[in-house]
Amino acid sequence: MSQDIILKVSAKLLIPFILLFALYVQFHGDDGPGGGFQAGVIFATGIILYALANGTERAMRLIPPGVLRPLSALGVLLYGGVGLVSMALGGEFLNYEVLAHDAAHGQHVGILLIEAGVGLTVASVMLMIFYNFATRGD
Amino acid sequence: MVRMRSLLAVVMLAGIYSLISAGLFLIMDAVDVAFTEAAVGAGLSTVLLLGTLALTGCRQVQRQHSPMLPLAVVSITGVVLIWGTQDMPHFGDPQAPVHHHVAPRYIEAAPKEVGVPNIVTAVLASYRGFDTLGETAVVFTAGVGVLALLGIRRRRRAGEHKERQQ
Repeated sequence: MSQDIILKVSAKLLIPFILLFALYVQFHGDDGPGGGFQAGVIFATGIILYALANGTERAMRLIPPGVLRPLSALGVLLYGGVGLVSMALGGEFLNYEVLAHDAAHGQHVGILLIEAGVGLTVASVMLMIFYNFATRGD
Repeated sequence: MVRMRSLLAVVMLAGIYSLISAGLFLIMDAVDVAFTEAAVGAGLSTVLLLGTLALTGCRQVQRQHSPMLPLAVVSITGVVLIWGTQDMPHFGDPQAPVHHHVAPRYIEAAPKEVGVPNIVTAVLASYRGFDTLGETAVVFTAGVGVLALLGIRRRRRAGEHKERQQ
């Protein structure tokens, strides 16, 4: 897209921290602000910054669009799957208390899993939308 | 923003507006909402709008008809909306209905029942997990919709390519 050296170098410096921050927001969402949705968007933003600095084609080699489609569905399936597993273990749909030996622990496991599902879906859908917009012109 | 003809500047102003409203949410102690607004409103949608401008061109076309009718519609709607806020409780009013429904129950019971320090996460992911499942499905559906609308042409072009090669 561009040969701007300042953009490339500063993007290179920023991207690892953006991705790390996304993971922090993802897994720290039950202690601090944030959660799967915000983490997914931040992760997608990191990849989009890479695409803006180095061209969409290189970003598409990094994370191919063909991978994103199954991943976006996988997130929703993971979320719904947690609900079905909790039903199979004798609770109501999405009642996480039956997922582990005690109720609070089960809640932690359930929230971690469904947040992972939300993050996966949001990140891949946002990237998919960006890829579709960015490659439309060529 | 109203008199602006350069759509690039309008997109940038919209991004700045999003960032300022994120700051506003932060002042009102809605950290999670501020986070989302900053990431989605200021970050992602600005990039998507810029991507759209790259496809459509970034000057607004001069319209022939008079702007009076749209202006009147917008003004009347705005006045009605502001009139509607008169009945709303003041910000932070402890007597507001929202503070008397299920909120006290969540604040009291969430640390014990869910054991998660962030009550927003406890409500979103656990008490209202079904709603959040719906929201995730909405995001997924949006992705499917964009693929269906924008992905077709590329596929067709790839198909034409193959036909030509044959």
